Amino acid sequence: MIKVENLEVRFGGVKPIDQMTVTFPNGTCGLIGPNGAGKTTFFNVLSGFVKPAGGSVTAFDEDLLRMADYKRARWGLRRTFQTEQAIEDLSLYDNVAMLEEHSTSNGGGSRREDVIGALEFVGLGNRDPATKVGTLGARERRLVEIARAVVGKPRAVLLDEPAAGLPDEETEHMGSVIRRIPEEIGALVILVDHDMNLVSSCCELTSVLDFGKLIASGPTEEVLRDEQVVRAYLGSEEV
Amino acid sequence: MAAAETRTGSVADRALAPINRLERGERIRIAVIAVLLAFVLLVLPGMLSAYWTDVATSVVIYTIVALGLGLLMGRVGLVSLGQVAVLALGAWVGARLLFATGLPFPVVTIMTGLVTMVLGSLIGLPALRVSGLYLALITLMLAGAITVVIAATDFPNGGPGFLGHTDATTGAQVIRRPAIATSESAFFRYSFVWAALMFLLALWHVRGKPGRAWATIRQSEPAALAAGINISLYKMWAFALASFMTGVAGALLAGSSGTLYNLTFPTQDSIILLAVVLMGGIYSLWGAVVAGMLIKLLPALLDNWGLPPDLLTILFGIGVIQVLTTAPTGLVDQFPKDMARLGRFLWRSVGSPGARASGGTAGSE
Repeated sequence: MIKVENLEVRFGGVKPIDQMTVTFPNGTCGLIGPNGAGKTTFFNVLSGFVKPAGGSVTAFDEDLLRMADYKRARWGLRRTFQTEQAIEDLSLYDNVAMLEEHSTSNGGGSRREDVIGALEFVGLGNRDPATKVGTLGARERRLVEIARAVVGKPRAVLLDEPAAGLPDEETEHMGSVIRRIPEEIGALVILVDHDMNLVSSCCELTSVLDFGKLIASGPTEEVLRDEQVVRAYLGSEEV
Repeated sequence: MAAAETRTGSVADRALAPINRLERGERIRIAVIAVLLAFVLLVLPGMLSAYWTDVATSVVIYTIVALGLGLLMGRVGLVSLGQVAVLALGAWVGARLLFATGLPFPVVTIMTGLVTMVLGSLIGLPALRVSGLYLALITLMLAGAITVVIAATDFPNGGPGFLGHTDATTGAQVIRRPAIATSESAFFRYSFVWAALMFLLALWHVRGKPGRAWATIRQSEPAALAAGINISLYKMWAFALASFMTGVAGALLAGSSGTLYNLTFPTQDSIILLAVVLMGGIYSLWGAVVAGMLIKLLPALLDNWGLPPDLLTILFGIGVIQVLTTAPTGLVDQFPKDMARLGRFLWRSVGSPGARASGGTAGSE
């Protein structure tokens, strides 16, 4: 469970996140909002790239904000990026092993199993693990990132638009992978995406950000019908 | 039945083929490297005069320096314009330790590497805050500072005190060499073995945990942070490794020269080193060998042919432009490709008439 209370981020006079209070209990939780709503900024706060001006983030009863940024992976926080960050010069295996060796205290023995297991989990098990990631296509690179996010028993996985730029059928496969994370990996997933089909097929609960403010939170279906949410996405009639 | 059999047979063959080919390719590569090593180690020193043996030793020593800088730039994406100054530091420390102690040469070499590692890492400290042009500028300024200090203290030559330098000609001594490598050709072999060890050290790093961390940092620092990589630690590690190698090279240079002079380490040589490392190729460890030849063999050749040494600056200038615009992977990658292309071109233009007559179909593909 990740509990966010009165979180506030300021960039000069702008408040990308403004008094955000929300709880992500378990399973897969959606986080949606129009462009510039503060979704990625929120992820960056959780990752430690952005220092908030106020508020608190309690993750599994620990104060996440007091942890050094690079130590959060070892604690169990994983994330993917809006612009996919599979490391081109490394092989499939090394991409995942790189994260595994820096964020778990596993020895060499179980490492290979863990890494191969993560590659199989995302559906890259049929690929030669020695393949250079630079030679892969967009879908497989995104899957490499997901494999990195699920290796080594993570507690929370943040997915920042994992299906951006993917065609529908590939998005479907991505969705099926994401849906299996809470049960098979045992991690809380926070999913940011603009694809409402993906969000509603993966997430029971969804929260909506607009201009840094939380405007709705609850069961996904209700949230997506919420008048305020529709207005935030499509604009209101009265100008 | 027979058709089905051949089909399964061919499928199995196809599945096995890449593995066999990989193994064969790897085996050929290892064999070629072994033959080259044996040639350089056993045959080459006998073929060279004392002058060219000395040049070859310099090539080997600067290859080690280039290897460190290549790691920094190619693997981690850090620029340093201070590596020749670090080499001067290494030579100073090496000479000092060789005069101060009676320890075996290899022990002193490793100690020099370690001391230089600490000092060189200090030069790398700014890399934790700045990168790119500003880091290059800061390292260049630090290199200048080191050069100034060494110009004031001069190199140890068996004199008294901490600095170990004496201006009196009578008290000056020559820096000792290891007992097994007192002659020029023996010291070349000795340096060559050290260079091989440094290559193994580099390879071990690149293929292992640090290599994976560096590749991640080079592509994306946010991704590295999110993967739990301590970026400061791994950047410093890279500087430490490069400085260690440069320190080892410094100790070898001290032994090779016998007497060290400030003139050997002008600050601008750090810039030349950067140029040749780029030209050699920073994404392959072998690029360092090319860099070592460019910076030490080429001047000797020009000198031998009676050409002015200033020509080098022009050549390196053109070389860097060529690398940056058309071949970012450097000569070590580009040269074999160019040779293959030239070979194909020659084959096509002076190929046998029969091949040309029937070449209509082949040429149209």
